[in-house]
Formats: sequence, C-alpha cells, structure tokens
Amino acid sequence: LSKMYHKEKSLQIKNSASALYNNLSVLRIAPRSLTYFTVVHANTVSIVSASWDGLNTSHRQLQSKEPNVATSNSLIMQAAWCVLPSRDLLVLTSQKGIQMYESDGSIMVYWHALDTPETATAQAVFARGIAAVRENYICVGEASGGILVFDIPSKGGNITLSEVLEEHKESITDMASECSGSQECIADMVSADDTGTLCVWKSGEEFQLLNKITGFDMSCSSVKLWKGTVVAGYGTGQIRLYEAVTGILHAEVNAHARWIYSLDIAPFSGLLLSAAEDSFVRVWHLTMTPESNTVEISHMYNECVTDTQICGAKFCDGDGYAFGVTGYDLSEIIRYTQS
Amino acid sequence: MSSRTLPLLFLGLGGEMLYILDQRLRAQSIPPDKARKVMNDIITTMFNKKFLEELFKPQELYSKKALRTVFDRLAHASIMRLNQASMDKLYDLMTMACKYQVLLCPRPKDLLLVSFNHMDAIKDLVKEAPPILSQVDDTYRQLIEIYTPLSSGEFQLIRQTLLIFFQDMHIRVSIFLKDKVQNSNGRFVLPTSGPVPHGTQVPSLIRLFRCNGEESRRFQFQSGGTYSSALRPGSLEMFGDRVIKLGTNMYSVSRPVETHMSGTSKNSAQNTKVNTTPNPLAKEELNMLARLMGGLEGQKPGSADSGFRVNLFATDEEEEEALMSRPDELSYGVLNIQATKVQPNPNPTDYRLTPDP
Repeated sequence: LSKMYHKEKSLQIKNSASALYNNLSVLRIAPRSLTYFTVVHANTVSIVSASWDGLNTSHRQLQSKEPNVATSNSLIMQAAWCVLPSRDLLVLTSQKGIQMYESDGSIMVYWHALDTPETATAQAVFARGIAAVRENYICVGEASGGILVFDIPSKGGNITLSEVLEEHKESITDMASECSGSQECIADMVSADDTGTLCVWKSGEEFQLLNKITGFDMSCSSVKLWKGTVVAGYGTGQIRLYEAVTGILHAEVNAHARWIYSLDIAPFSGLLLSAAEDSFVRVWHLTMTPESNTVEISHMYNECVTDTQICGAKFCDGDGYAFGVTGYDLSEIIRYTQS
Repeated sequence: MSSRTLPLLFLGLGGEMLYILDQRLRAQSIPPDKARKVMNDIITTMFNKKFLEELFKPQELYSKKALRTVFDRLAHASIMRLNQASMDKLYDLMTMACKYQVLLCPRPKDLLLVSFNHMDAIKDLVKEAPPILSQVDDTYRQLIEIYTPLSSGEFQLIRQTLLIFFQDMHIRVSIFLKDKVQNSNGRFVLPTSGPVPHGTQVPSLIRLFRCNGEESRRFQFQSGGTYSSALRPGSLEMFGDRVIKLGTNMYSVSRPVETHMSGTSKNSAQNTKVNTTPNPLAKEELNMLARLMGGLEGQKPGSADSGFRVNLFATDEEEEEALMSRPDELSYGVLNIQATKVQPNPNPTDYRLTPDP
C-alpha cells in the first residue's frame, strides 16, 4: 500500500517560523511557473519563490513598519496573499497595523495604522485574520474583535477603509472567504474568534451578518469556507463542519491531540488539510450530497513531522496535489507531493 | 504581543535559577547557613514589592539583554559571586529549561500551573522566614487574580509571545540529553503518545450528524500516535496538586549540570535579529532595573570572610576554558549599568572550592 504523499526537497528559509496561527501562505503564479511561499518570523516575513522545475529559488524579506528593536512591540501576527480578480496583494498584519504590498513584496501600496495606546493595556492590540472577498474587498480582523473592510481598486494605492464590522467581542483569530469559485453561494466570508464564535457574512457596500454560530469557550484558530460549509479548527484539536447559513452541525472530528494551527482546502477536489502542535498533518476528504443536505468527512492520510509543532500547512494547488508545511523553530518549508 | 507575559517569564527563569543554585550550593558543600542566606537574599529581592508592582504592569516583553541583566543582578543579590562563564552557563540552563516547559505545556493555560510549581518550590524554600513568605503569598494572590480569568486564546497568545522570545535557542543541556527529552541537535522531543491535554479527546473519532442534530454515523481513523485520556486538571488555588510535572525541580537528584555550546547551528545568529545591539534599553526596561536595584539597597555587601564564589562547572579550569571557547553568537551582551549602588565585595575571599570528584 503506497503512501498517498511523499516528501519532496524542502525549501530553506532564512529565518525559522514563529509559533503563530496559519503561518504559511502560498501563491501559485501559473503564467510564470512559479509558486511563492511566505512565512512569518517575529517582525520579519520571508518570501521564497520556487520555480516549478525545481531549479530556481529566490528570497526576499519584509519587515514590519517601524520595527522597534529594544522591545518587541511590532511583531507580525500573519502574512497572507489576497487573490482578487484584478490583482494579488500581500497583506501583513502586525501589532502596529496593516501593510499591503504588490504580490512579489516589491512595493508597499498601503499602510493602515491601528490605534495603539500610549502605554500598554491588559488588552493586546494587533491585527490578525486576513481574507480577500469577492471582487474588491480585503478584510482584516483585530484583537478587539473588530473587522476592517478595505475597498481595493483594480490597481494603484487608492485603497480605502469601507467599514468596520463589530460583531465579535473577542480577538479575531482567522477569516476565510468562500473558495469554491461558485457564484451561487450566499455566504461570502466567515470570521472566527478566541471564544470559538463564528460569524458568517455576505459582502457588499455594507456587509451583512447572515449567521452567528456561538462558540464553546475554546478558541477557533483556523477556519475555511467551501461550498457553503464552514470548516473550523479548535484549540482542543477538534474540527467541526457547519452549514454556514443555518449553523447546522454536519460533523465533528476529534482530529488532533493538541491545538490546531492551520486548515486548508483544495477547492477542486474537496481535500482538507489540518495541522497542529501535535506534530501531525492530516489530509481528509469532504463530500457534499446536496440531495440529503449532508456533508461527510473521511480521513485519507497522516504525516508526522517529528519533534515539530506545526504552525502552517497549505496546499500548493487547487487539487491538493502538493502541500507545504512550516513548524516552530524550523528554517525550512517542508513539501509533500502526491505519489 | 501579550502584555501579560513578563511575570510568567520572570518567575519561570527565577524559579529555575533557584533550583540550579540550590543544587550547586549543595554540590560544593557550602555551609548550610551561608547557602540559606544566599537563597533568602535572592528570593527577597525577587519578591520585592516595588519590583513586582513594576513587573505585573501590562507591558511588552523586555529584550533578552534586559532580562539577562536583571538576572545577573539577582544572582549577585547576596554574598555569592559567579564568574562570567558560570553566569552564562546558569542563564543558558535557566532559559532552556523554561523553553522546554513552555513548549511542552499540554494546554496554554497550563503555563499557570508551571508557574505555580515554581512558586510552590520557592515557598518551600522560605517557609521558615515569615516576611518573605508573606511576599510570596501576595504574589500567588496576584497571579490568581490576573491569570485565572484569562481565556484559552489569551493564554495561547502569552505562550506564542514566550516562544518568540525563546526562538532559535538550541543549547544542549546534559540532563535533558540524558533523560532523552532533547535530541543531540538541541531540539526537544515531542512525544506522540501519552495523555491528551484536559479538554481534548484522543484523536480517532469522526461523528456525522443529520440536520435534526441526531448522530447518523460514527467511525474511527488511525491517528498515528498512542494517546490516552486526559489526566485530571491541576489545581489553580494557593495550595493544591498541580498534576503536571513541568516546572518542578529536576535537579533534586544530584546530577552534574553541563551544557554543550551548539554554536555551529546557523540559526544561533538569529538570536540577535529582533534585538540588534547596541541599542539603549527602553524606558520601561530601565525603570524595572531601577526598581530591582532599589530592592538591593537593603542588602549589605558581605563582610570579608562571608562572601564566596560558586562555580557552575566541575573545576576552575573548565570554567576558564568555557569562557574562552564560548561562541560569539551566544554572548548575551550584558550591560554594565552605571547606576548600581551595590559595589562588588572589595575583598573577595578566595574561598577555594573543591572540584567535584
């Protein structure tokens, strides 16, 4: 019985990955036969571009704006590519604010500062949770629970803050937009917070809250939305599947022995990737049966990254043919490909 | 990131320092009354009211440099002296032990239990000294008040902040290597077996539900690990069984404390990335150090024949050798604070220490 995936040559990164949720973002650039990977280390972001023939890699590093080196108050919480029909942007969220770059990290096109108080308060201040929604929105979450909705023009730096959604009462952990590509889905975006509360949104000039699924006092660290189904990963190691608009629980999986740090879905095949502090990356398969309105999840594959607390895992393509993994203190992006 | 990280880091490092010093004082047969004085002096300084007030304020974590300077001062709060090489080694051991505890905490909330293990041990050390004991009790109360209401997500943020602080540190510690909790490359072993954390289920079950909420099917998958059910949760009261062992004294059996410098790791240079020298200390860091040194004012420098030197190595020659061969990238860049009011003992007694047999 051959393994579903096998390990490929790792990509070396200049700095090790920090223990942050969803600490790997992947951008596939088919016209140039390249894939970009980005990993956060404290107040820097490493971007590695790897050619598909495996022959060329190049590196770039970005820093958080105004890095203060005496104390650690400009740490980056997350970096993610936002794919919009007209353009791709790289978004960095930190304790100071939100930076948006052209997709190769060459030019910063926008900076939004967070309201940072003069002296530190018990409540942390940072931005975390990034999602590109529909044609022209990028949404970013805040530690206060707010969600900033930015209106993105098809080119240039004239990005504006369209509205602030105030539904969550606790820190936003992750956000995701509907990734099936289907125009029929009512729900465009889901946001998750530290109590495990999930909010389901419809985008527009004014975003509309379609549903709020109450958490059970356990942080939801990673969330995805596919064909109207919310897939949520929790600190308890559990994965839950909900119907977004109604909140009906489809499935519950005792998936990991430690905190889940990353989920990803390959939209064309319905493969789900989950990764946790327990050193395991697991591949699952989601099947939808519209007639009976059921969603099923079955387990496909395990990969144990020995002695590593995994902090990022993403598919490299829409079919789930390959995926990359990052771990705390690891200076490489480990890659796996289907056998 | 989290503004509640510093107290836990300080108590963890302080706790480990006390375990190590306690072991070295016994190993070098320092007279019990002198040993007790050293421990009491250090603990009194650690729990100085003004200093703790500063420590518990919501604030970002201090730089590695600032924290190392604090512990340099603490270690010299009494009649005991340490040479540079021994202080470096002491700090290496303290930080790697704390990194281990933070990394292996089953749940982020268990960081508090680890702190309580340290506190319990400190309390035991000063149980015969009522004034210090009441300072320690006050600190328990403060920890309970501030930390027990925090959510799991907030604890994870604290843990993530600590993990950034400890990032890229892979110093090999003899005791960890022997116990097989650390690999020869300096990385800690993360078992895929044992009890799951409290609140987590053993990975294996998939449950599917119908729209009306009824379970329609369930099946198992192979997790690849060998897990067992969670243990009961540890107590977060002033007294109680903490259940987890992280943060308890691993030196209680007398074992030599050696470290190997893993300076060849290309990532050890990354230690200095976030805090590049030479930067002045931030205002907050200076404040804290001033408070700490205010606490030291009460200590009279030892009289000529009561001071002594502790060696973290088996012999003086080893200590000298360690100083010469310490890789540059592992230097802590300790600052010489001019404002210190504590003068080093002008007549250090050459209290000859017998090397370990």
